[in-house]
Amino acid sequence: MAITRDEVLETALLARLELAPEEIPALQADLAAILGYVATLAALDTAGVEPTTHAVPLDCPLRDDVTAPHLAHDEALRAAPAADEGCFVVPAIIGGDAPEGER
Amino acid sequence: MTPPVVYEAVIGLEVHAQLLTRSKIFSGSSTEFGAPPNTHVDPVCLGLPGVLPVLNRAAVDCALRLALATGCTVRRRTRFARKHYFYPDLPKGYQISQYEEPIAEHGAVDFEVGGQARRGRLRRIHLEEDAGKNVHRGTTSLVDFNRAGVPLVEIVSEPDLRSADEAAGFMRTLRQLVRWLGICDGNLEEGSLRCDANVSLRPRGRAEYGVKTELKNINSFKFVRDAVAHEIARQEAVLRDGAAVVAETRLWDADRGRSAAMRSKEEAHDYRYFPEPDLPPLVIDEAWLAAAQGQLPDLPSARCARFVADYGLPPGDAATLTAERDLSDYFEAAACAHGDGRTVAHWVLGEVLRALKRTGAAATAAPVGPLQLAGLCDLVRDGTISGKIAKEVFAHMVTTGRGAGAVVAELGLARLSDPAALEAACRAAVAGNPRQVAQYRAGKTKVLGFFVGEVMKATRGQADPAVVNDILRRLLDAP
Amino acid sequence: MSDPTTVGAAELRERIARRELSSVEATRAYLDRIARRDGRLHAFLHVDEEGALARAAAIDAALARGEAPGPLAGVPVALKDIFVTRGIPTTCGSRILAGWVPPYDGTAATRLRAAGAVLLGKLNMDEFAMGSSNENSAFGPTRNPWDLQRVPGGSSGGSAAAVAASLCALALGTDTGGSIRQPASLCGVVGIKPTYGRVSRYGVIAFASSLDQVGPLGRGVADCALALEVIAGHDPRDATSLPAPVPRYRDAAGRGVRGLRVGVPTEYFGAGLDPEVAAAVTAAIESLRAAGAAVVSVSLPHTEYAIAAYYLICTAEASSNLARYDGVRYGLRVERPTLQGTYRATRAAGFGPEVKRRIMLGTYALRAGYYDEYYRKAQCVRTLVREDFRRAFERCDLLATPTSPLPAFRLGEKVADPLAMYLCDAYTTSCNLAGLPGMSLPCGFTAAGLPVGLQLLGRPLEEETIFRAAFAYEAAAPGSARRPPDPDALTGAAGAAGTAGAAPAATAAEPT
Ligand SMILES: [Mg+2]
Ligand SMILES: [Zn+2]
Repeated sequence: MAITRDEVLETALLARLELAPEEIPALQADLAAILGYVATLAALDTAGVEPTTHAVPLDCPLRDDVTAPHLAHDEALRAAPAADEGCFVVPAIIGGDAPEGER
Repeated sequence: MTPPVVYEAVIGLEVHAQLLTRSKIFSGSSTEFGAPPNTHVDPVCLGLPGVLPVLNRAAVDCALRLALATGCTVRRRTRFARKHYFYPDLPKGYQISQYEEPIAEHGAVDFEVGGQARRGRLRRIHLEEDAGKNVHRGTTSLVDFNRAGVPLVEIVSEPDLRSADEAAGFMRTLRQLVRWLGICDGNLEEGSLRCDANVSLRPRGRAEYGVKTELKNINSFKFVRDAVAHEIARQEAVLRDGAAVVAETRLWDADRGRSAAMRSKEEAHDYRYFPEPDLPPLVIDEAWLAAAQGQLPDLPSARCARFVADYGLPPGDAATLTAERDLSDYFEAAACAHGDGRTVAHWVLGEVLRALKRTGAAATAAPVGPLQLAGLCDLVRDGTISGKIAKEVFAHMVTTGRGAGAVVAELGLARLSDPAALEAACRAAVAGNPRQVAQYRAGKTKVLGFFVGEVMKATRGQADPAVVNDILRRLLDAP
Repeated sequence: MSDPTTVGAAELRERIARRELSSVEATRAYLDRIARRDGRLHAFLHVDEEGALARAAAIDAALARGEAPGPLAGVPVALKDIFVTRGIPTTCGSRILAGWVPPYDGTAATRLRAAGAVLLGKLNMDEFAMGSSNENSAFGPTRNPWDLQRVPGGSSGGSAAAVAASLCALALGTDTGGSIRQPASLCGVVGIKPTYGRVSRYGVIAFASSLDQVGPLGRGVADCALALEVIAGHDPRDATSLPAPVPRYRDAAGRGVRGLRVGVPTEYFGAGLDPEVAAAVTAAIESLRAAGAAVVSVSLPHTEYAIAAYYLICTAEASSNLARYDGVRYGLRVERPTLQGTYRATRAAGFGPEVKRRIMLGTYALRAGYYDEYYRKAQCVRTLVREDFRRAFERCDLLATPTSPLPAFRLGEKVADPLAMYLCDAYTTSCNLAGLPGMSLPCGFTAAGLPVGLQLLGRPLEEETIFRAAFAYEAAAPGSARRPPDPDALTGAAGAAGTAGAAPAATAAEPT
């Protein structure tokens, strides 16, 4: 199974991974080999087979609507690479960075 | 020459409503609005390594209430999914939402536009978590996660709306409904109710849809209509120019009264949905559904119709009284206690609403409670006070918080109807105005009104005019 | 008493509870041993000497006051660095989390503390649990105590090596596709992956959420039974946690295997299985038969598809679980002028090659238009694999197989070929796909002195049956577990252990 350079680049963009030039052909080859291997699954007839999303069947448990203690403010921010004004700081978000409002 | 094309707008809304739970959808952080940044957070809503979500029952209850109130089919076994995208306010890099199996589908919201009944069908209602908030500050952005994990329902309408007025009407009715159900405070400015609009145009009569744009940032009620109307006009101008509408997301700029396309990267978004492995399927059994149905209040439209039928109210008044559930409860409590709904409606729509507005109180905490209002109406009906005095009594009730009877007694505002007590005032009026007496006796009996006015003045309006009339006539007619 | 590090957790706990020795003495003995020996093994990523001694002193004081000893009172344990520990660095073997000190404790850490355990430190692992050799640790590999030129297995390689080398009395690991059992097998210790949902995943850094499960590694079956009693059980913080009560697994000791039907799946004894491993495992199964078990042949026809399904599912889930490492709230950030640049540079610098490979594979497989072909297909195969087991367990109570097709391989031997590495999980992934409990326990050595592991698989929530057989086998074959040699005795330098490592284990083994 062949994986194109563009497919690797598109996937890396979705995954937010910057790839060094030499990583690209290596990933092309690795992905091709692994996807070639998993292609054996295609031979299996799974028509009418329900997918297993949870190995052990269970209904979703529910919690009561009660509040619990918060993280102390300084603990919440302690590991932040950058913080200011009680907030986490990131490089400016510009339009098109992500689908804002898609939620 | 062919006649110019008439375009028809096709509008669908996507509404996000923050649910009024105490704690977040998947953890115990408070959902309270307005706390200092990053103080209402815990490991789960910050997306720390190793955390897991646990679903809040109250969030499901809220969604169920809305689903039942809009006639949706409730999915009895429903699953959560992960929706992936990178954004600084999205802690895990994915939002836990519902995708293939929303909790509810195929409902409708009925509303009116210009007296015409309209129906906006709902495609789906699903549960999901809110993201945090970004504040843009020059070359950096600040991120606050207090809002991250607040439960949301996303309500997606079918493209049934045909005008900006319909979009606004749909939205107004939906807002009324979520507030009525007590599941969302409906505050567009604070973002607890958010609306995106998908708008396209097509030549009237054609079945296929045109190219749509998505309008975002509609964060006030007025903007729903403004933004949609502007977009319809913009698209129509584009089409009349012979150009094509570009499928894009546009942000509404209320200050300038126009929208602008969001800059979008060449990258196509691919949310890579898959079933959330950390949450087993949510099962809504018969008992739960029945309990939710049992707890559902009568809905605003039904209550409005009932007010017209039971209390003989004009439909407009009934609609105003049922705009908010608390107000309609207030009205009904007072009307039941007093008996005459029209009188009570008159008071509620007048003095009571004014007092609520002035004091900023909710109907549930009105300075004059419904039973107190009923007591006041009782005093007017039994003649203890006049309608005019009643307004004065109401004002005192507002400031003192005391009942109508107590205010009337304390201020001596009860109507004077004892002829013996009024005799002196009537005699004084006759004695003090010989010119008018002469006129009367000369046959100009209309001046009787003048004497009544004098007596009312002297008694600060408390005298029973019928009794005063009788006494004056006797005094003046006597030779 | 003599060296407290010579006994496992279960016995050590009794001695401390009887106050024959103090927890501080035991803790010091382990800390000394770590100081002397871990330089070669590199099983530990972080040793919390101060915290451990303080905790041990507190336990001793409580015992002196006559307080009832907890089930692990005073026992020095260590955790795979995938467990979130409040105030103690937690890296998950990754550069992207280097230096992260969590503000909360996961459930496993909470339960161990409540049971009176003394936490010595955090153990090395393949980055984000992705690997079968520990070579994917961002902080350098752990070495196999039996042969320093060989891998300890993975991803809980640090846990297995530390237990094997007696650097802790007990360790916890996690198992997504064999990550407890395979290193247990390669290092000659006992390790159990319980039923999915049996132990809480809260505070376990997620690799593949629908497969990950926590379990203990110990020197003996009793150590694992004791540890599992402590950590198993319902946790309201994990929605996939099972509400079933937890039996006293130690009571399975001495019950024997008479009447137990042991199934041997033919698919687990085919091509690719090392003949020495096959011989040791076959002998172990014979020993179970001799002890009274009925041995039946069964078939798991979809076994050959398990690895492919497993790698699609685990990479898809991993690509999702690892999206949170974005340099915003914690961990590494490589600052660039733009947000997108910062994300991409941070993740490129923070993740190692195998993690990137799996994120890429998982992202690829979840893309619109590929979901049905890959992820959903794999989940359907998962159903078939579960069905295989369900049918097999109609004919038997337990399955016995090799844990790993090969004994410990050499460092660097497979790292360049990801697919070859993935095939090391041939016998372990099905169990995770089906959510079943599985144990690896030592069942002898190769001629080169490398341990071989026997895998026992049970029905969901039937860990007790596994323990019953494991106790019986351990009693019948006491020589199956040995203590590896002192690394210093093996060789002068870690880089030149080859010849000494090949010496027969019986002579190299340190007397205990
Ligand atoms: Mg949406
Ligand atoms: Zn949404």
